[in-house]
Amino acid sequence: MLHRPPSHSAAIGPGAVPCLALPTPAALEQRQQLGAAQAPSCGAEAFTVDPAALAGGQPRKHTQYPYVTGTSVLGITYKDGVLLASDTLGAYGSTKRYKSFERLRKVNDVCAVGASGELSDFQYIMRLLEELSDDDFCMDDGHHLKPHEVHSYLCRVLYNRRNKFDPLWNSIVVGGFYGGKPFLGTVGMIGTNYTDEHVATGFGNHLARPLMREKHRPDMSEEEATALMHECLKVCYYRDKNSINKFQLAKVTAEGVTISEPFALETDWNYKLFANPAANAPGTW
Amino acid sequence: MASALPMRAQVPSVGGEHRQHASWSPYDDNGGTVVAVAGDDYCVVAASTRMSTGYSILTRDKTKILRLNPKCVVASAGMQADMETLHKMLHMRHVTYQFNHRKPMSCPATAQLLSNTLYYKRFFPYYTFNLCAGLDEEGKGAVYTYDAIGSYERVGYGCQGSGKELIQPVLDNQLKAASPLVLPQQQWLSSLPLEQAVDLVKGAFVSAGERDIYTGDDVEILIITKEGVRTDRLELKRD
Repeated sequence: MLHRPPSHSAAIGPGAVPCLALPTPAALEQRQQLGAAQAPSCGAEAFTVDPAALAGGQPRKHTQYPYVTGTSVLGITYKDGVLLASDTLGAYGSTKRYKSFERLRKVNDVCAVGASGELSDFQYIMRLLEELSDDDFCMDDGHHLKPHEVHSYLCRVLYNRRNKFDPLWNSIVVGGFYGGKPFLGTVGMIGTNYTDEHVATGFGNHLARPLMREKHRPDMSEEEATALMHECLKVCYYRDKNSINKFQLAKVTAEGVTISEPFALETDWNYKLFANPAANAPGTW
Repeated sequence: MASALPMRAQVPSVGGEHRQHASWSPYDDNGGTVVAVAGDDYCVVAASTRMSTGYSILTRDKTKILRLNPKCVVASAGMQADMETLHKMLHMRHVTYQFNHRKPMSCPATAQLLSNTLYYKRFFPYYTFNLCAGLDEEGKGAVYTYDAIGSYERVGYGCQGSGKELIQPVLDNQLKAASPLVLPQQQWLSSLPLEQAVDLVKGAFVSAGERDIYTGDDVEILIITKEGVRTDRLELKRD
């Protein structure tokens, strides 16, 4: 295999992973062509300064707030796997900018992730994960990252970026099924993470998790779990203005990962309190 | 989670108008309380298992105790991500210590290591409030209490985290121990029998659970004696 600097080491930061691999003959030849006298004889890359740090003499700026964002991601475990759910909106502030952005992705046969927060950061994170699964695929030894390893990896990446004061602005849900057991975990933009039988990011933690706490059982059937998930999505859609009625559901079981086509849920806006929200709140209009 | 409910920042713009957008802090307080009581030949260590952010509960079952070996544990409250990093670091150092010295790290050694590890990040501290507890080389109970940047002291009992204002005075009152630094030396280990110490810790947590919203769900209790580590669990209110 040709030497290729992995970008997931770049996520941790320069110098974090010593690049001491023996250079391939091709790489050595290339180095001679460049006449890089400064290159260390061990074959590692010569020290360079991040060009972004020098550009225009301006100090490098970090993300200070998110631009295109996704709202809540929900996850529950059930009898033979986990379900993840989210809508497909990429919002630019309060503008519904991208209406078919798939925020649930497959990592490998045992693991899927869903993300809320800055969507460009999520695309970068997916690139890191794809690189890891590509390496697993190339090794061709049947090994792949287990769900808790993916979760642990993402925790470290997000925590390291917050340590650099350059956070990846996401809350990520990791769902998986391995060794006959469902796995469900989440991690926030500063690295705060936990695993539970049900998780939700953002508004979902306020709107959906009370429902989950009331109705979730770890031994639910797929039908029951799907029904609960639909109910949670509906509540989030009713009350979260940065959401749309176009959802996806990811299922991870022993059979693998399936991510549904986008679908809509039937909503009813004729509830009395929807029609007259001021009825029980005198003084409002 | 920090991004779950971003703080709103008022940023003055050129026109003098105020623009609102999400801002972030590298720190978050996930709450939780840890308590340790040392006796003549035992040490009781307890930690609540609730993990919160703001007024939300994130999960009801997250351990705050790192069990390094049968004679030494570290319990931490504060920010979960920093706590996990600190625990991973201490665990790794403990493994390499065992490779180098062919024995588990003693409690006083772990206490010094924890202090150094915290002070190493003096200018971007771990937002954690720690207790190091276990048995010292003589088999006596040992509790070390810390601030976030590594100042530490050996004490007879200690409490850290969101419930410390509620629990510490109760322990002071019940255990009435002098500082181990006071001269002439006084009895500073808890003189309570083990079972009474466990009951005291349980009672303290039940009371803290009534008034502190960040203490609740469950309490994980480790009872460290020369025979090994026994675990107990206390259910608190889940409200």
